[in-house]
Amino acid sequence: MDTQALAHRIRLDALHMVNRAKTSHIGSMFSMADVVAVLYGRILAKRPDHPTWRDRDRFILSKGHAGAVVYAALAATGYFDPRLLESYCRNGSVFCGHISHDVPGVEVSTGSLGHGLPIAAGMAYAARQDGAQHRVFTILSDGECDEGSNWEAVLFGAHHRLSNLVAIVDYNKIQSLASVAETLALEPFADKWRVFNWNVIEVDGHDHAALVAALDVTPVPNGRPTCVIAHTTKGKGVSFMENSVLWHYRTPQGEEFAAALRELEEAARA
Amino acid sequence: MRDAFTRALSELAAEDPRVMLLTGDLGFGVLTPFAAAYPKQFLNVGVAEQNMAGIAVGLAREGRIVFTYSIANFNTLRCLEQLRNDACYHAANVKVVSVGGGFCYGALGISHHATEDLAIMRSLPGLTVVAPGDPVEAGALTRAVGETPGTFYLRLGRGGEPVVHRGAPHVVLGKALRLCDGADVAILSVGGMLSNAMVAAELLAQQGVAASVTSIHTIKPLDESAIVALAREVGLIVTVEEHIACGGLGGAVAEVVAGLSGARARVLRIGVGSGFSETIGSQDHLRQVHGLSPDGIIRRILETLQERIYGH
Repeated sequence: MDTQALAHRIRLDALHMVNRAKTSHIGSMFSMADVVAVLYGRILAKRPDHPTWRDRDRFILSKGHAGAVVYAALAATGYFDPRLLESYCRNGSVFCGHISHDVPGVEVSTGSLGHGLPIAAGMAYAARQDGAQHRVFTILSDGECDEGSNWEAVLFGAHHRLSNLVAIVDYNKIQSLASVAETLALEPFADKWRVFNWNVIEVDGHDHAALVAALDVTPVPNGRPTCVIAHTTKGKGVSFMENSVLWHYRTPQGEEFAAALRELEEAARA
Repeated sequence: MRDAFTRALSELAAEDPRVMLLTGDLGFGVLTPFAAAYPKQFLNVGVAEQNMAGIAVGLAREGRIVFTYSIANFNTLRCLEQLRNDACYHAANVKVVSVGGGFCYGALGISHHATEDLAIMRSLPGLTVVAPGDPVEAGALTRAVGETPGTFYLRLGRGGEPVVHRGAPHVVLGKALRLCDGADVAILSVGGMLSNAMVAAELLAQQGVAASVTSIHTIKPLDESAIVALAREVGLIVTVEEHIACGGLGGAVAEVVAGLSGARARVLRIGVGSGFSETIGSQDHLRQVHGLSPDGIIRRILETLQERIYGH
């Protein structure tokens, strides 16, 4: 699948969903859209017609607030009718703002940060015990790494040599109210994962070829879990949203929505 | 209760390789035989209860039946949100097993006084809350919890509790279990207070008050029909729990009885006051201090019966 086309599509879908629902987190969605496109377009072993297929790669979106992009990717890859995305955040919809496992293809509901990696570690432990070859991926936000529960799981993953576990950090350097550096500094971030005995790969989180290379992890006996630090730009794809704290919470409406749409559509045509 | 638990769990693990036991680095000596016998079904995740809850859910989503073991406040309150969002919301096959319910570890300080867990856990959607009254119930209910799909909280005491049941009672998850009959007062007990409740009933009998004793080992879902029947039969229902007197058994029973119209029993809730315990000490000492000894229980009951008679 053309991951660039998928990335354009899921950005556009997410923009429409967030606009219709008048909700937040478009910046967080755009920063990880390329990672999600590469996962669903190239990396994840999956069967959209059989979402619980035993040998599928597991994917958990731990930064559940960016769920619209994953819903869009699931729709684009055939898990369900894309028109269902229109119900995002509507009364009675299963497509809630924070990702829901009521949606076909979603493994786990999240929304409170720091929950995904421990669950992923449990799934990876089970897979290893079962002699299964599938991998378990999870995307964390950078601000989410403030949560101590993640570091419990980081210890666990290394201790048990869960080489089938891949934690991807969407490192856009901006959290809710200010930059990561101003809020609770993570640097030296890669070194932190390394000294916890993880295999660390730093990539440009918008470079699809680099992402494919980084994410196509092969579990090996006694290997280390992998942390892919995806250096990203918050709001990527819409010039006035990029690197802006404002677009963590601001909802795209009116002229801003129209301008964002124009930019994304132009990029998709280019 | 701990030994009854580990015995039952070992049987379950022998029968079903999906059964796993996770511990947050507790259970020295207690869990060692299990770990030796079933190494692939045992996992010490370290002192990390939030991660333990998440790992348990991950394992359960992959088909395991996972017991998580720790001291009462650690694998409940420390990881409450993981239990709510990850275990309960996903209806995961996770069985949270805590030891040290109530004042079992009373001398160790308030960190180890597990006196709000039933109220808090009872509020979680989709969670079945079980607190056996003695080792016999603990063994039977461990098996029932393991064999029933879904998310459970199993609150145990520690070691050495007296066996209260005579013979082999029919312990059924979700069903109140009557131990003795009495027409004046119905004593309902949850968890390890069962032995004191039985002694209290005997002391009341000596004073001419006939009290039944019922073990409410499952407080959620509550056996409401049993509570309603008692509320129609007797004038006074007494709940006894080694737990704060609101939100646990007393709260659950009061919620049911308050909804009844017509003649119904008054409910006396005997439990720990709402503050932190101002003192520490052995379980028996703290039960005495907080009015949960047999003497303390009958004093409250007799006072209440007096109020009823003289209309205070």
